[in-house]
Order: sequence, then structure tokens, then C-alpha cells
Amino acid sequence: MLNTNPFSTLAETVSPVAMQSFIIAMVILIAAGTIIQMISHRNLTYFFNNAKKAKLNATKELGVGEKVSIVAKTTVYDIGTTSELGFGKRRLAHVLGMYGTILFWVASAVLVFGYTGAEKSSSTIWSMIWHIGAILTCVGGYWFWFFLRVDVSAEAHPWYRIIKADLFVLALLACATFGLLWSYTQFNGQTGLSYLFLTLFVVSNLILFGGIYWSKFAHMFYKPGAAIQKNLAEADGSRDNLPPPADAPEQFGLGIKREEPKHY
Amino acid sequence: MSTFVYMTRCDGCGHCVDICPSDIMHIDENIRRAKNIEPNFCWECYSCVKACPNHAIDVRGYADFAPMGHSVRVRREEEKGTISWKIKFRNGTTKDFVSPITTKPWGKFIPKLAEGDKPNQGEINSQRLYTEPEGLNIDGELPSVPKDSFKKGVYY
Repeated sequence: MLNTNPFSTLAETVSPVAMQSFIIAMVILIAAGTIIQMISHRNLTYFFNNAKKAKLNATKELGVGEKVSIVAKTTVYDIGTTSELGFGKRRLAHVLGMYGTILFWVASAVLVFGYTGAEKSSSTIWSMIWHIGAILTCVGGYWFWFFLRVDVSAEAHPWYRIIKADLFVLALLACATFGLLWSYTQFNGQTGLSYLFLTLFVVSNLILFGGIYWSKFAHMFYKPGAAIQKNLAEADGSRDNLPPPADAPEQFGLGIKREEPKHY
Repeated sequence: MSTFVYMTRCDGCGHCVDICPSDIMHIDENIRRAKNIEPNFCWECYSCVKACPNHAIDVRGYADFAPMGHSVRVRREEEKGTISWKIKFRNGTTKDFVSPITTKPWGKFIPKLAEGDKPNQGEINSQRLYTEPEGLNIDGELPSVPKDSFKKGVYY
């Protein structure tokens, strides 16, 4: 199953052009949902105002080279490894889900545009990447959903309490789960079930990409922006009004070890 | 003048929810970030401000702390055992302070909450705070003021 391109098998009944159009429609929904949310929630205004304030409070003018270097470091370390989540289970689950989702989406586009159709070749590697991406998304996502969500871990709410903030993660998990189930049932020739899971896969994609305005989907664009702004502010001395790092650690001895926030 | 959260910095880790002695720091249901659900009940203990690993919580302090219109920002560095403070006055003057997280051996004079019994769902949902009423040295029920004895109108 892992080596099989599920879209290629589907192309026997659904036109590859229809599949390609669906992906293009999803990309348009991402752009439209994010832009409408940015205008409505005034996120961009907030970012620009923050940048202006930081410039006024800056004690050092950063050169282009320094800025590029900070942005590159932030991209590789802060964004690439979601460093803001510290060292622990939350970060690992997020990294699994994040890279799983990226692989899943990129492989979907590559498979549909490059390897689906009557005269198209097959690609074992991209089929594997598609399945592995979906599995990683499920591992990270379900781990987060059942155990690591702050409402469950720190607020002591039961795992089955669903709130609006869950729209993104649940829709994403539904996409990956139904995608895998569709691929599995289609591979095993279970036609009825495969169409059921395909329908659910399509619906969950529509909810995920069509619900961007209401969901946390766009955090994947805002969070990198905030990380870059934070690190630029540290470098130019404005530091969002924060004090500078303490320079006399020996005066106070060893620090403390932070406990998990589970003292409900 | 209670605490408030910078949403771009908060990652919803729950440390402020965990530490708030008034149980007023909670997680927003729309964006899963921290928020102060009852600003009137915040006594500005700065626990959440210091506990936040992302420096996402800020306070507009009372006038007895610094003249009105100031900003207080806190940087906690666990590995150094320090908490640094920056007060920015409304005329632009800034003052920086550094203090130890604790001057006592960690855990010796502080209750080891992680080793305590896990509360049941009823206790979690209860309006009572941790160790109430025993922690207040009260026998029996907490004292209450009947609602019909309240005066009408706004009073402080």
C-alpha cells in the first residue's frame, strides 16, 4: 500500500484534471481565508505597529546582512524546530505533525500533478512520502489531541471536550486519517468503503481549507512572522521592552527546574 | 489593572494557568492561548508574568508600584536563577533590576505540589481554590455574603 499512488488508481474513475482543479481550489481557499482573516482580525496592522514601536526603541541599527542572518537563523532553528515550545513532548509532537503535514501536502500535489493520468509514470518514493507524511501527522496530532492539549493537560478538561480552537487540528487529523483509510481500502479492493473514505477525505479537506477564517490554520503563517519579529527586536535592543538578559548568574547560584504545568 | 497576554508570544503552554493563585488565567476556547478571565480578581502577584517561558504576559501595575502609565516587563532565566525587571516610566525613563528566583533551597520551604494527590473532577470543577478551606485556617464552610445584602449601584 505504501508504494502505491492512491490518486493514480482513482484516476480510473475521476479525471486527473478534476483532481488538479481541486488542489488549485484548496490553494485559493488558503490564500482567500488567510487574507480575509488578516484584514478582519487586523493581524498585519498589529505586526506593522509592533515593528514601528521596535524601531523607535531600538538601540542599535541592524544592517541588511545582520537582518538576513537573523531571519535565516530564526527560520532554521525557531521555525524549523518550533523552539518556542521548549524541550519536551509538545515540541516533539508539533514537529512530527508539522513535517508530516508538509510532506503530506507536498506529496499530494506532486502525485496529482506529476504522476496521475493515463500516460504518467509512477513514483514509489512520492507515494511513500505521501503515506509517511499522513502517518506522522496522525502520530503527532493524536498525541497532541489526547494528551498534550493545554485544556486537557493543564486545565484538566476531558479529552472529548471540543472547542472552536480544535477546528484546525481535528480537520487536519480527519484529512490524514481518512486519506490513509481511503488508500488502504482502495488498495485492498474494498470499493464501497474506499468511496466512503474518499468522500470523507474530500469533505475534511473542504472543512480544513474552507474553515481557515474561523480556525487556527493561519497560525502557520503568523507564528513564523512573530518569531522573526521577536528575534529582530532582541538583536536591535528594543526587546519588546523586556529587560536584557541577567549578567551575574554566579551571584544567585543554580536556577530551578521547571515542573510540568499539571498541578490542577 | 490586571494581567494581559500578548497573543503573538503565547504558545498555550499552561504555566500561567497552573500557577495563578486566583485561578483566573485560563485558555481561550477560540485560539487556545492564555487569557485572564476575571481581570477584577487579579491582585497583580506577578506569578504568571514570571512563570511565562515566552514573556507573553504583561501587567499595568498599580500606582503604588510605579507612577501610572508605566510598563513592567519581566525576564525569567531559570538556568541562571534570576528574574530581571524593566520598568519603563511614562516619560521614557527606564530602570532595570535583577533579583533571584528564590533565596531558599528549591523545594525546601515550598510545597511539592507535583507529589500531592491528584484532585478528582469534582474538586477540579469546584469554585474552591487549592487547600481551601483548610489553608485559610477556617473550620467548615467558607464565609459568604448573601447577595440580597448588596447595595445597588457601583461601589468599590
